[in-house]
Amino acid sequence: MNEFSDVKLTRRDLLIAGALSVSTAAVPGAHAQPAANQAAAGNPEPVTTGVTFTVNGKQVTLQLDTRTTLLDALREHLHLTGSKKGCDQGQCGACTIIMDGRRINSCLSLAVMHDGADITTIEGLGTPDKLHPMQAAFIKHDGYQCGYCTPGQICSSVSVLEEIRQGIPSHVTGDITARPLLSVDEIKERMSGNICRCGAYSNIIDAIAEVGGVKA
Amino acid sequence: MKAFTYQRATSPAQAAQLVARTPNARFIAGGTNLLDLMKLEIETPGALVDVNGLGFDKIEETADGGLRIGALVRNTDLAADARVRKDYAVLSRALLAGASTQLRNKATTSGNLLQRTRCPYFYDTAQKCNKRAPGSGCAAIGGYTRHHAVVGASEACIAVHPSDMAIAMRLLDAEVETVKADGSMRSIPIADFHRLPGNSPHIETVLEPGELITSVKLPKPLGGVHAYRKVRDRASYAFALVSVATVILPDGSGRVAVGGVAHKPWRVEAAEQQMAQGAKAVAERLMAGARTTEDNAFKVALVHRTLAEAMAAAQKGTS
Repeated sequence: MNEFSDVKLTRRDLLIAGALSVSTAAVPGAHAQPAANQAAAGNPEPVTTGVTFTVNGKQVTLQLDTRTTLLDALREHLHLTGSKKGCDQGQCGACTIIMDGRRINSCLSLAVMHDGADITTIEGLGTPDKLHPMQAAFIKHDGYQCGYCTPGQICSSVSVLEEIRQGIPSHVTGDITARPLLSVDEIKERMSGNICRCGAYSNIIDAIAEVGGVKA
Repeated sequence: MKAFTYQRATSPAQAAQLVARTPNARFIAGGTNLLDLMKLEIETPGALVDVNGLGFDKIEETADGGLRIGALVRNTDLAADARVRKDYAVLSRALLAGASTQLRNKATTSGNLLQRTRCPYFYDTAQKCNKRAPGSGCAAIGGYTRHHAVVGASEACIAVHPSDMAIAMRLLDAEVETVKADGSMRSIPIADFHRLPGNSPHIETVLEPGELITSVKLPKPLGGVHAYRKVRDRASYAFALVSVATVILPDGSGRVAVGGVAHKPWRVEAAEQQMAQGAKAVAERLMAGARTTEDNAFKVALVHRTLAEAMAAAQKGTS
């Protein structure tokens, strides 16, 4: 039922655990000291909370440190590493996922706040054997170079077409009371929350325009 | 990030009591600003009270012909609401000029008002900042001040309020409706909601500890031509250098509020009496007493020119 519940220790986890035990051994009592400092500042010992949500059609239940972002829950706990950590502060869009039909920055959201949510990541949009039309269009138009921002770009691109379909206006929509129409200007404005360090923007626009049925 | 306890609020009064009586507790709604600051340990709450389950997600018409916007209405939904687009276009325009779609999908009406008034020195924990560490000094004064306040600032702080939405709310004379820990409710005119920095720039609003925003009320529509002009360093997803919100009525009278220039949304009602004399007269009154640096003196001229353009467009009937 829950294929993600079997969380294995990765090599990285082991390295982190090893580093912690070394520092504890080297400085006796060091473990207690930061906790005392935290209490003085009004912060408790780390707290865990349960959360259940659906990721790519599968319900998962996790017990998480309250500080865990949705992005870290997806990547480190569910091992869905398609969503990327770029800036970790909502600037770059590499972590973009679709939650309850809306795209969000998963880095700026606590996992425990999404009990009952329906989450789609790049892994849920398509598979190598059965690509989402937007994934196929990115490949056709060479909408990437290094590929790091691509999962976020594609989740955003799919959402852009859905937002236009729903009639949600944008900063460049001419008549604010009318239904917005898909255009290159609309695509550019609506994709401004996704940065591509390689500068594949023109090809990304070509891919979105093709799937959206407009001329780039 | 410092550790914190996490609780989902079950009622507005319970949420207010919980935050009022728990030391170092904060409400969280969208979290797009708070979490960012928590990662940098600029904000270090020991307890978070999640208000997302409290409802407050509707936009309803009021008896006097206005709108009551639930505190948890997301920025995307507020900007896309047909009534807002038709009767309060300046608010839709302002919202859509702010942040990215990903952030607007998460950010709430109340959270937008409560985002921190900030500057790059506030974000840099190696710098002195009276807002982050009261009494430590202000590294921005005498530093690089291109983005900083030119009116209403103090010797303690020259940061600007970053919200676009709040500029339109100020223009429209919105009221912020709250519930306090003792269960009492009040309505705060938006003009009084945000504070100028004075000697306590770390206190940014008049909200009391535990006081929870439940809704924002808009008076009945003003009519006229609505516009929101935002001038920034790139075409999208950047803070304003200067923004100008206007409503111009058919008789030539109107309202003006300005962003990017002060610690709070900047509106001077007396300046609006000068509308018949033209944009220059209005802007001069609006920006009277401006204290600028070599880096940000351009903002005063930019307010003049942006307002002139918005007023000229309104006379032609376009926004």
